[in-house]
Amino acid sequence: MEVQFGIVGKGYVIMASDTNAGRSIVKMKTDEDKIKALSPHLLMAASGEPGDTVQFSEFIERNLRLHHIRYTHPMRPQSAASWIRRALADSLRSRKPYSVNLLVGGYDASTDSPHLYWLDYLGTLVEVPFAAHGYGAYFCLSLLDRYHNPEANLEEGLETLKRCVREVQKRLIVGLPDWKIKVVDKDGVREINLDL
Amino acid sequence: MTRRYDSRTTIFSPEGRLYQIEYAMEAISHAGTVLGILAKDGIVLAAEKKVTGKLLDLSVTKEVGYGGNGEKIFMLNSNVVAGVAGLTADANSLVNYARTAAQRHLFSYNEDIPVEQLTQQLCDMKQGYTQFGGLRPFGVSILYAGYDPHYQFQLYHSDPSGNYSGWKATCIGANNGTAQSLLKQEYKDDISLDDAIALAIKVMSKTMDSTTLSSDKLEFATLTINPVTRQPRGKIYRPSDVDALLEKQGLAKKEDTEMKSA
Repeated sequence: MEVQFGIVGKGYVIMASDTNAGRSIVKMKTDEDKIKALSPHLLMAASGEPGDTVQFSEFIERNLRLHHIRYTHPMRPQSAASWIRRALADSLRSRKPYSVNLLVGGYDASTDSPHLYWLDYLGTLVEVPFAAHGYGAYFCLSLLDRYHNPEANLEEGLETLKRCVREVQKRLIVGLPDWKIKVVDKDGVREINLDL
Repeated sequence: MTRRYDSRTTIFSPEGRLYQIEYAMEAISHAGTVLGILAKDGIVLAAEKKVTGKLLDLSVTKEVGYGGNGEKIFMLNSNVVAGVAGLTADANSLVNYARTAAQRHLFSYNEDIPVEQLTQQLCDMKQGYTQFGGLRPFGVSILYAGYDPHYQFQLYHSDPSGNYSGWKATCIGANNGTAQSLLKQEYKDDISLDDAIALAIKVMSKTMDSTTLSSDKLEFATLTINPVTRQPRGKIYRPSDVDALLEKQGLAKKEDTEMKSA
């Protein structure tokens, strides 16, 4: 029962994820960080099979880091998303595919624009103005259709995010009290503490 | 025994030199001149064609776009044009390698390959032949004129040893010393593409043997950016375009003017 959101606004991308780690009916941990900073201007939220998510995001993180060291500039969000998609698509056609769904959000410093990508374990890649994985998608895509504004400033964007999180907390049968929220904009990646 | 250190590329001479590499560079300094100038809104490449003759058929030269090449100027990718000096056969094989590398990058990253990355890949290849038992190094120097969103317009030069460097204006091939000092005098940091084209023709006219320039001696290409789509656009001039350009710059063949006045 994982829920993750991504919202693009004017010059930024917000990424939010629940922080539960569990197995079967047991809650193991309530402060798991599921949003990784892949490079100075790139975030990735992973959900899916617990071991796979960690293994796959570390694999991606290290390859992007290597790219950054080799070519001195980090990969642009568009190329990173395409490369990640390729990794997932290759994995899907291997003997033991990764079962991981992703949201990739980043700020492209070369064109000064924020980008958000929705990827699933089948290797689907779409650039979207807002996105959700998990049960949150069923509750909140309609809310985001109504309230998302690509020209919204960060405060307004966070308000929209709050609406989504509250809707999940109100209607989803499992309570998800704790969330981690990160923002990427021209100044890079940072975490935001929000009173939900 | 005096040629003991010449026969293999991989062996150092006692003075610590690699003769085959130096010979390769020497061969290039006799090849047709190729020059590149970086302007603020584009890049110019100009090349001197050494092999000319009325019977040589160059009518297959493509207009623009992905493929296409003249004798010494090639499109490597939609964002990179290259000019080569040296052995044409070696150059063809490197051009083929570069085009494949660019497409491989497009496949993995869904973007045009950054110019420096393409240059690096070709240099890795060239360097390999200075170290691992090949027969000889590539006898080719290349000028890469390209555009990418990271560093906008860029001009690189690579030599047979596998070294590469970035330039604002540079020249390879015969008389490159004369051309470089001319470029150093005349280059300005905020030069426009039109001025760069004029400068390129001026420098070519001074370094080439013949007194008159024409499309059977000169090849020309530009890389600009489409202001609407922000996509780079390479253009290799057709012979008629080159002649029109020379006409405009007042450096066309004398016969033409005589014909008109008659």
